[in-house]
Amino acid sequence: MSSRENILTKIKAIPRENSLLPEIPSFEFPMDHKAAFILSIQANKGEVIAESELKDFIAINRFEKILNLAKGMESLSTQPLPSDAHELNELEVAIIQGQFGVAENGAIWLTDENLGLRALPFITEHLVIVLEEKSLVSNMHEAYQRIGAQHSGFGLFIAGPSKTADIEQSLVIGAHGAKSLKVVLTNL
Amino acid sequence: MSHPSKASEFLQDAAKAKWHDETLWFVRDKRDNISKTIPEWEELRELASQIKDNVLANLETYLVEFEKNAKANNIHVHWAKDAEEHNQMVLSILNEHRCKAIVKSKSILTEECHLNPFLEENGVEVVDTDLGERIVQFLNQPPSHIVLPAIHLKKRDISELFHEKLQTEKGNEDPAYLTHAARLHLREKFLGAKVAITGVNFGVAETGEFVVCTNEGNADMGVHLADIHIACMGVEKIIPRRKDLGVFLRLLARSATGQPITNYNSHFRSPAPGKEIHIVLVDNGRTDQLAREKFKNSLKCIRCGACMNTCPIYRRSGGYSYGSVVPGPIGSILSPGLDVKKYSTLPFASTLCGSCTDVCPVKINIHEQLYEWRQEITKAQGTNTKSISMKIANGIFAVPFAYKISGAMMRGALKILPDSITYSGLNTWGKQRDLPETPKETFKDWYKKNRT
Repeated sequence: MSSRENILTKIKAIPRENSLLPEIPSFEFPMDHKAAFILSIQANKGEVIAESELKDFIAINRFEKILNLAKGMESLSTQPLPSDAHELNELEVAIIQGQFGVAENGAIWLTDENLGLRALPFITEHLVIVLEEKSLVSNMHEAYQRIGAQHSGFGLFIAGPSKTADIEQSLVIGAHGAKSLKVVLTNL
Repeated sequence: MSHPSKASEFLQDAAKAKWHDETLWFVRDKRDNISKTIPEWEELRELASQIKDNVLANLETYLVEFEKNAKANNIHVHWAKDAEEHNQMVLSILNEHRCKAIVKSKSILTEECHLNPFLEENGVEVVDTDLGERIVQFLNQPPSHIVLPAIHLKKRDISELFHEKLQTEKGNEDPAYLTHAARLHLREKFLGAKVAITGVNFGVAETGEFVVCTNEGNADMGVHLADIHIACMGVEKIIPRRKDLGVFLRLLARSATGQPITNYNSHFRSPAPGKEIHIVLVDNGRTDQLAREKFKNSLKCIRCGACMNTCPIYRRSGGYSYGSVVPGPIGSILSPGLDVKKYSTLPFASTLCGSCTDVCPVKINIHEQLYEWRQEITKAQGTNTKSISMKIANGIFAVPFAYKISGAMMRGALKILPDSITYSGLNTWGKQRDLPETPKETFKDWYKKNRT
């Protein structure tokens, strides 16, 4: 008997009472979506900025290696998407279009079609996500309703920069991935 | 393996033990604060519990559905009945691709299977990439907490370790400086690895996708730069529907560290072009636990660690005192299922206060199961010192005269007995506890004098 059969047969042989799968209700969200989203991103050690502030951020830091995949920010891009993610190791800023954001926790949904390469939002030194203000949903239940049956090879909620508190519980931003997350909320 | 003796080793360094206690309580406090901002918190716990009950009742169906959908998404699905088969499976994938070095993100399952030493014996270099796990790996230690692997160490320890291993400045204990050194060291490893191994937080039967949550982004750094992703998953990690993730992702990080969600929550459905994803579905004692009516609920665990942070025993005895891969209250009900003799002291490492049950996001009745394991273990073991004294006490309390004179005798005896007898090794309750001063009279005598 294969291990697959072995495991499945063992489980089948265990008498168990059935237990109904509950329906998930919708829960009210009392706060304004935008205000809550901004607070959530800040709590996750990210930042919500205006488009003009993004340009300042790039200018002040004299970033030269910038890859843009977001709508309307094409002029900021200094390099195209390579075919191999390893070539992104020196990338300073990645600008990506987010699909929607979640007010309760600041999570932003991205899939293969936004990322170009799956490694992009992790390997870049700084990450910028452009998000339409009207795309904000209240909580994770609404988020998964919005995702629905969407079929993507890879989907990702990003809620902040890479962080760790593994040394004496001291929070450090920029463990392995992006050292900062900036979200540009657009209102088109 | 004895929890009390390991715990007393931990307590040798009183200052460190106090820090450990207070730090974990701080994490528990953060969990409380954030859970109170969600009005439907208790309803979410109930939903999560019901979903997991349904999973355990229909596990075989969901596993087959998961397999079918994952295969349709070009994911390779493997099954392993025990740790040995799991390790062989991983090794054979590595051999097939002539891979001699891997990066790995946090996976309690691979700790349980002792995958690292197995791969190392077979000539494979394993690099744990979670910062806390890399630290304990440098020390040849296992993690002491499932969410905070290096919580038993102080920054001074880590500074010394990194000075030796990563050539950081001697005496520089700044966490940001040390983390940055680890970032540079691990970046090289990520860029060089052909195979990345991860654990799995949730596998979705409906879609065949699986979800991995981290704050550091280390799982994704490994996986997306490698050609092959091997995900190791216990069979109980299945959930039925994609929308169930909404419930679990709301509960997981809030319960674990008091944050609203982990910063990276990756949903793997099919490999990127030219790459491979393998999933190893592992039993290793889980079906045995499912067959134990009283203990099967322990399989609902989503590994948030909240029961550890709240436990007065865990906080004051440290993860290593449990001697099992999963320490703390949940570990003390899971581990006896794997080896009841080896882990026989663990269900007794509890005050049965029930705090673990109160914070559990999937409502596992942890303290009741601890009590049940005690019944099983005591039946199997027979008498000990404590049970002899309990029998004597039973005799004294049953006879009013015996009770009366024994009280007077003890009040007299405690005054004149030397501490070496009162606090002898036989009286484990005398360790680190002082008896209150013996009263001059009994309550009965006092009442007669003052109230009649």
